Amino acid sequence: MGAEVFEQVRTALATQAREAVVAHGILALTIEPASLGEVARQLKGTFGFDMFLDVTAVDWPERDPRFDVVHHFYSTQHRVRVRVKTRVPESDPTVETLVPLYGSARYMERECHEMYGIVFRGNGDLRPILLYEGFVGHPLRKDYPKQHEQPLVPYRESK
Amino acid sequence: MTTPPAPRQPSAAFEYLTTKKDEFVGWARKFSLFPYPFVTACCAMEFMSVSSTLYDTDRFGAALPRFTPRQSDLLMVVGTVTHKQAPILLKVYEQMCEPKWVIAFGVCASSGGFYQNYAALPGIDKIIPVDLYIPGCPPRPEMVIDGIMKLQDRIARDRHPIITKDF
Repeated sequence: MGAEVFEQVRTALATQAREAVVAHGILALTIEPASLGEVARQLKGTFGFDMFLDVTAVDWPERDPRFDVVHHFYSTQHRVRVRVKTRVPESDPTVETLVPLYGSARYMERECHEMYGIVFRGNGDLRPILLYEGFVGHPLRKDYPKQHEQPLVPYRESK
Repeated sequence: MTTPPAPRQPSAAFEYLTTKKDEFVGWARKFSLFPYPFVTACCAMEFMSVSSTLYDTDRFGAALPRFTPRQSDLLMVVGTVTHKQAPILLKVYEQMCEPKWVIAFGVCASSGGFYQNYAALPGIDKIIPVDLYIPGCPPRPEMVIDGIMKLQDRIARDRHPIITKDF
């Protein structure tokens, strides 16, 4: 299922994609950060990937560039998914926002921003969404201390 | 024209009862616990089970939930409390009138349970005093009933100052 559309995507994005493999029924594209916007525009406009499923990140502490930013798109027409990976360094963990294309990206980019510190250029509202104002650091980065707490209410003296 | 009331006829027994103030007040209070369910997570399922027909905590005078802290005297914290939720829990606790008691329902409320991370509060006793801890993930209804009865025993044995030095 979806083999034809995968093949079309692979052919059309051959220049942008460093790698394009089908794994577990999902086409996984690895691209450069600069071409993310263009790839997403093509996926949505040409191939009907009209649903933005998720954006998250993967932290590879020993690797340079350190982060994978992973987008998932779904096509309600072909009923297949595509995964788009892009690598960003720790010094400048920035990718383009996809809010102009997919409105729902607004909130998932906020979550990705607070958890991993990925900056989505063009998303004007990167306030914390699950965490609280004043939280320091990015808790899903692997160098965030596991037991480090930032309580909002001071702890009681006794106990 | 009004007729004067008929003089009361003393009955055979129990016209007067002598007791101690603390015992009397404790007896009244232990059978009129009004819980405020501060329910945040999966323990809620067990809370529903223990408060509905099969286990029916109402038998102990302890199950009429009041959904405002101002009308309740038993705060049941059911489920994980996160750091983001902690100010809300503290505010609810402070809005309750004295006398008040707190039950930590389940391991997450008691100690944080298996959460030990950036998000979870490691036990509500870090921010408010707790009278009774009910362990379990989630606790069995029998355990909750046992806990409520233990709290009632404690209330019955407690001192209940009605007029304090502040009055």
